[in-house]
Amino acid sequence: MLSAESLKKIDREIAKYPADKKQSAVMSALAIAQDEKGWLASETMNFVADYLDMPAIAVYEVATFYNMYNLEPIGQYKITVCTNLPCALSGGNDAAGYLKQNLGIEFNQTTSDGKFTLREGECMGACGDAPVMLVNNKRMCSFMSSEKIDEMLEELKK
Amino acid sequence: MVNIEIDGKQVSVPKGSTIMDGAKEVGVYIPHFCYHKKLSIAANCRMCLVQVEKAPKPLPACATPVMDGMKVYTHSKQAVTAQKGVMEFLLINHPLDCPICDQAGECQLQDLAVGYGASGSRYQEAKRVVANKNLGPLISTDMTRCIHCTRCVRFGQEIAGIMELGMAGRGEHAEILSFVGKTVDSELSGNVIDLCPVGALVSKPFRYSARTWELSRRKSISPHCGLGSNLIVQVKHNRVMRVLPRDNEAINECWLSDKDRFAYEGLNSEDRLTQPMIKRDGQWQECDWQEALEYTANQLIDIKEEFGAQSLGALTSAHSTTEELYLLQKLMRGLGSGNVDHRLRQSDFSADKQLHGIPWLGTSIAELSELKSVLIVGSTLRKDHPLLAQRVRQAVKKGAQLNIVNPVDDDLLTKIENKFIVAPNEIAETLAGILKAALDVKDVSESEKFKSLLASVQIQETATAKAIATSLIENAPAAVYLGNMAQHHPDYTKFLILSNALAEVTGASFGILGEAANSVGAYVAGAVPDLSGISSAVNLYPGVMSGYNAAQMLQQSTDNKCRGFILMNIEPEFDTYDGQQSMSAIRSSDFVVSLSAYRGNAPEYANVLLPIAPFTETSGTFVNTEGRVQSFNGVVAPQGETRPAWKVLRVMANLFRLDGFDYETSEQVRDAIFFEGTELDKYMSNSIRTTGFDLQMNRKNTIQRIGEVPIYQADPIVRRAQSLQQTRDAVSIQAQLSSALMETLGISTGDQISIKQGNEAIQLQAVCDEKLPANCVRLPCAHPKTFKLGAMFGEISVEKV
Repeated sequence: MLSAESLKKIDREIAKYPADKKQSAVMSALAIAQDEKGWLASETMNFVADYLDMPAIAVYEVATFYNMYNLEPIGQYKITVCTNLPCALSGGNDAAGYLKQNLGIEFNQTTSDGKFTLREGECMGACGDAPVMLVNNKRMCSFMSSEKIDEMLEELKK
Repeated sequence: MVNIEIDGKQVSVPKGSTIMDGAKEVGVYIPHFCYHKKLSIAANCRMCLVQVEKAPKPLPACATPVMDGMKVYTHSKQAVTAQKGVMEFLLINHPLDCPICDQAGECQLQDLAVGYGASGSRYQEAKRVVANKNLGPLISTDMTRCIHCTRCVRFGQEIAGIMELGMAGRGEHAEILSFVGKTVDSELSGNVIDLCPVGALVSKPFRYSARTWELSRRKSISPHCGLGSNLIVQVKHNRVMRVLPRDNEAINECWLSDKDRFAYEGLNSEDRLTQPMIKRDGQWQECDWQEALEYTANQLIDIKEEFGAQSLGALTSAHSTTEELYLLQKLMRGLGSGNVDHRLRQSDFSADKQLHGIPWLGTSIAELSELKSVLIVGSTLRKDHPLLAQRVRQAVKKGAQLNIVNPVDDDLLTKIENKFIVAPNEIAETLAGILKAALDVKDVSESEKFKSLLASVQIQETATAKAIATSLIENAPAAVYLGNMAQHHPDYTKFLILSNALAEVTGASFGILGEAANSVGAYVAGAVPDLSGISSAVNLYPGVMSGYNAAQMLQQSTDNKCRGFILMNIEPEFDTYDGQQSMSAIRSSDFVVSLSAYRGNAPEYANVLLPIAPFTETSGTFVNTEGRVQSFNGVVAPQGETRPAWKVLRVMANLFRLDGFDYETSEQVRDAIFFEGTELDKYMSNSIRTTGFDLQMNRKNTIQRIGEVPIYQADPIVRRAQSLQQTRDAVSIQAQLSSALMETLGISTGDQISIKQGNEAIQLQAVCDEKLPANCVRLPCAHPKTFKLGAMFGEISVEKV
């Protein structure tokens, strides 16, 4: 199901907790699984559940609670734009609008070439850097003016 | 103890209690949804907010520990304002569909909305809608009504032992569901219907069939598993519409197994027999009772006169009431035959003469929750006794060690400390090994008794045997139990002797898990052929006549051939150890009268059919596996011409001109059994005389059958409960083999295989179960697909089609 490399990473996470508290590693395990597969299919969650000796539904609860987990296939790059109040006051909505126009998609849609998926996100804890966006959950982009968005898209399209 | 004051009432409660506990103590009701006495505290509905002096804001009563001198106000302005606020929020997304909601009338939200809800809503925006889920054939959903109390989720985690429901999503998007595409398959799943405080989870079989205020509530006792769970049977227009649990901490607590809860559908089955019938010249004719009974009596008398009383046999089951069983055996013995038995799935009766008393649980049911170590032999406890399994699960949670010796290794949804998964014919040897290990651990010299016992056995010392022995010795209280499969197995006597000895050496208690609600009561009633062991210990049955046991009656040897059978409340093709042999014995007899609530296959083999009342249509008494005597009344009038079996037997006895059958009520029968001063405790004992037994093991290297009784095939009522028959437990009937055996036979998973026992063969799909012992085929008995086959255990031949 998952590659040996991913399993090694998950084992490392499991090792951080007491032996009978394996399920504490569920968030990292899901993140590792998602890094490999791109998104979390039911089978993937089932596998993680079995691997951590926990009920599948409990894994599902976690996966649906946090919106960084993708429960359906997404594009190569997932761009999450914060639209919470401080960002919105500092151009967050404009940035989102610019992205939508540029990519020709709405929130929760993927471009036809499968390159980009657009998501609406919640506060990322960097309101002073507004507008902020997150690429593939890991790369934080601050002060996203139209020019910087163009730059970022250009880079990602390569 | 901590002293607190609630609404001006002083109360002292143990340290660590919550305000809710204190309020219960003084009889103050605090509104709540998510709090439940048997579940962990979630404190997520916030309905139980109360005012606490010196606290800056209202606190949830269910989650606030008491402190000395605390003053709590549950109905102050602050408390009520808070509660009303919570109610307004709860109602924002709750649909106002009470008129079409099944829960209406018994809905906690509806009730509390009357007290705390506003008369109109200030909420103008769109309400949220949640898609319904398919949770299987028993639970119907209306998820928009859900208020996210998570009782159903906690029930799965904490009581049922398997988390099948969860709360996915977050905030406004939170919803209760099962994992993608899965149904809820726990054998205790129906309890979430009771737990749900709103109409989100309701009973699928009951849905839209009645409103709760139209139903009358009547008390009853469940006839299915050995517990005798306490029931509320709800009735409308003389029809059982639904069954709910009645709280009894000593037995079922506030739970019911799905079998007890949904089996009522079988009571209203199309297959009910409602008119006496006689077969004349191969044609079935309806007739009146007088004619049917006279015909039956004449036929039986003819057989008795021609072949002697010993050629009459009565077969019944422990799902019948004590009164019925008592009258049946009294009638048989009055006719001069001791051939009466209720243990139709038992195959080894050699312990009968060695018994000291009535086999029983050995402790009270409630004590199961307090055990520190337990060994269960031959039972998939979850399926045989779902609520006993629940108690063991709670005990394990509190640190008890569960050990099993079993031929199958199903997930018991609890931690198992040590286990032996062995072929059925190796169980006795395994037990001997544990006994030997116990003697070693205790370092007691083998007394003569044990020496002679163990001399005949070859024992391999194993670490697991030692671990189990140590577990039983070092943890008290401990217990050893023989489950259903152990009781059915041809080595039952060996199990009895060895477990008895093991319990004696380790200091554990020893018990038999009664298969049916009246397992102890059937002995008390005397519905067994040989009472010598029991009556010599106590004088319950002085001078009672002995006879053939179930196996002997159903054997076909010429010397003890039964030519006339009285069958009461049984279907021999499903309810006996060897369906094939039983049917041929019954078919080859001269006369068969079937007293049954159902037609079933009886027209094929019976000569007279007499419709008798199931437990809801007669009064009676069950004595459950812990020896608790529970009487109940009929809750509905008998259907059609159906009569309570005790009346039928009384009239039949009168036709035979037998004395002592002048009972006018079932209570008079009961008084004859439990005459004044009867203390059942004195009659119940699991100890057994062990002298003169050798444990010679007959280990043959053939393929063996592991034939369990499937959970929803155990008795005639549950077999006809349609919804239960659609559950996963009921539909998955397969032949399971270990991979080693599959390889030897050249079979792969999914192949059709032909399985042969005796003269009959059936075809089933083969499935691999890696956990089965080698050389075993796990093939359920008592099932329409398999009943043609023979013994539940023993040799079986398998080949690829």
